[in-house]
Amino acid sequence: MVVPAPSELARSEPRHISEVAAMADFKRRRSADIGGEILKGALIGAVVIAVAMVATVILSVVVDSSEVLSGQFWTFVSNPSSSDSSRAGVVQGIRGSLLLAAIVAVIAFPVGIGAALYLEEYAKDSRTTRFLEIMVRNLAGVPSIVYGLLGLAVFVQNLRGITGGSSVISGGLTLAVLVLPIVIITATESIRAVPDSLRDGAYGLGATQWEVVKTQVIPMAMPGFLTGSMLSLARAIGEAAPLLVVGAAAFYTTGFQGFVEQLSGAFTALPMNVANFSKLPANEWAGHAAAAGVVILALVLVVNLVAIVARARISRRLSR
Amino acid sequence: MIEQTLAAPFQDKSAPAVTTGQPLRAMAESGDPVDTNPSLTKIDVTPTETATVFSARGLGVSYGGERAIENVDLDIGDRQITAFIGPSGCGKSTILRCFNRMNDLITGAKVDGTLLYRDVDLYDDQVDAVAVRRRIGMVFQKPNPFPKSIYDNVAYGPRVGGRRRGLDELVEQSLLSAGLWDEVKDRLTDSALGLSGGQQQRLCIARAIAVGPDVLLMDEPCSALDPIATGTIEELMKEMKRQYTIVIVTHNMQQAARVSDRTAFFSSEVNPETGRRGGQLVEVAPTATVFSQPADQRTEAYVSGRFG
Repeated sequence: MVVPAPSELARSEPRHISEVAAMADFKRRRSADIGGEILKGALIGAVVIAVAMVATVILSVVVDSSEVLSGQFWTFVSNPSSSDSSRAGVVQGIRGSLLLAAIVAVIAFPVGIGAALYLEEYAKDSRTTRFLEIMVRNLAGVPSIVYGLLGLAVFVQNLRGITGGSSVISGGLTLAVLVLPIVIITATESIRAVPDSLRDGAYGLGATQWEVVKTQVIPMAMPGFLTGSMLSLARAIGEAAPLLVVGAAAFYTTGFQGFVEQLSGAFTALPMNVANFSKLPANEWAGHAAAAGVVILALVLVVNLVAIVARARISRRLSR
Repeated sequence: MIEQTLAAPFQDKSAPAVTTGQPLRAMAESGDPVDTNPSLTKIDVTPTETATVFSARGLGVSYGGERAIENVDLDIGDRQITAFIGPSGCGKSTILRCFNRMNDLITGAKVDGTLLYRDVDLYDDQVDAVAVRRRIGMVFQKPNPFPKSIYDNVAYGPRVGGRRRGLDELVEQSLLSAGLWDEVKDRLTDSALGLSGGQQQRLCIARAIAVGPDVLLMDEPCSALDPIATGTIEELMKEMKRQYTIVIVTHNMQQAARVSDRTAFFSSEVNPETGRRGGQLVEVAPTATVFSQPADQRTEAYVSGRFG
């Protein structure tokens, strides 16, 4: 290697003193970055608007529901539906929403994560798989009421023998199909985020493909699986439109029901309760609608908390 | 103990090399249901102890129709360090990844020609790539410890091989062989991600050793490390060649000169027939010869720093 002599590095003409002073002028010019300041202001404005809207919604629901939730809380969460506003409750909705969530979790999570694992780890990167992935992304954008029509045709009518018609099973399966694309997409993203160096390392030690998936890919992608699953569960808990089409009841009275009757008989869910209460005369029932909304929010909050705790635990185990 | 002259193309088998008891390999195989049969194939072809570990003839690789490298004729000697050097894009890493069938994992990669490992054709239909990788370990460019404890990293290979007992001793032996034991023996349950880069790379070496391989392929193992960690790994390699055949890809010519017994120089050339650029093996010779009196002008230009 040839090292240049110092003389070759030096400029032939020495700089004038003013030139040097100009180079060292680091004084801040206030007018220099107007565009940046405007953008920053606009972004802050966007955040304020978003937070204010969410806060308003939550606040108004809480205020509207305060009378019902403070005056007759236990009646409200433990009584079935009733035409008497002082005795009406949403226990059927709570039970229905929990059952729906359980069905979604049992069906959509394993199927969705399994599909994502197949697409990412096993399927060859061909035109077909790419087409499939685009279709899945499109399905995530289909309006939920359309899934309701699908549920009505397939689960309520064609599979009546298994689901018992307009039952919580039909509703749960419909919601499972509804959130399946979201589960697949989020799972796909988290599988892609697993570094190839881990796969290479495991293959290099003589692991089979299944061992690589089981010991490297799934543990690393698990926090992502959880986040996606819980997001989609929250979405499913809040949906009313598809349940309406599938035939969830707005109002029903039953005596004692066994587990099987609950699964195959009439059902409702918390969003249905909200819709139902808001249709009734406002002076008497408005508080009930808001109160049912608060119960939904609480349920979603619990789901998210579970996800956050589980995620933190797994991340800690991985980085320990 | 095994002193070699650089001029000898392959290690003299009458030297004590044969007597290397390979305690680690023996240990890895005792009580191990998977590795008791060293055969790579379902047809019973037991690899014989030969002076030549790998023998490539007309070996080439294409990715989706593009020729990455072709026509490689190369022999790798037993318990020697062979260095692959050459400019970027010359296909040296690609060839290295043929040796333990890692190219199988790349969609569209196609290997042609023949590659014998101790007289077994590695690309025979009957050969199981997973079994190949258990005999021929690999250390990667960037240290890639698993996000697990130090212990679990080393025990990973034996565990996926079905081994459940004697892991403690195996982990200790492997870490000792990789020169890492004294630094980590008190924190085996700590995350491997907390180690320094050089320690992580030695952990990856220990992890590869724990499977009981015959060969270690190292793909630029020091390129992400500082000079001191690099020196440690180079010393380790010289130590390890008593037991293992090592093939190392390196961008660092001084490293090749320091550690290797033989050096293969690869270059990227435009094929006059197709007009396409592709890698090829220019020459392979004892390291001293490659660096002092190379047969090919291109080698001379590269090792003297005039290109690449």
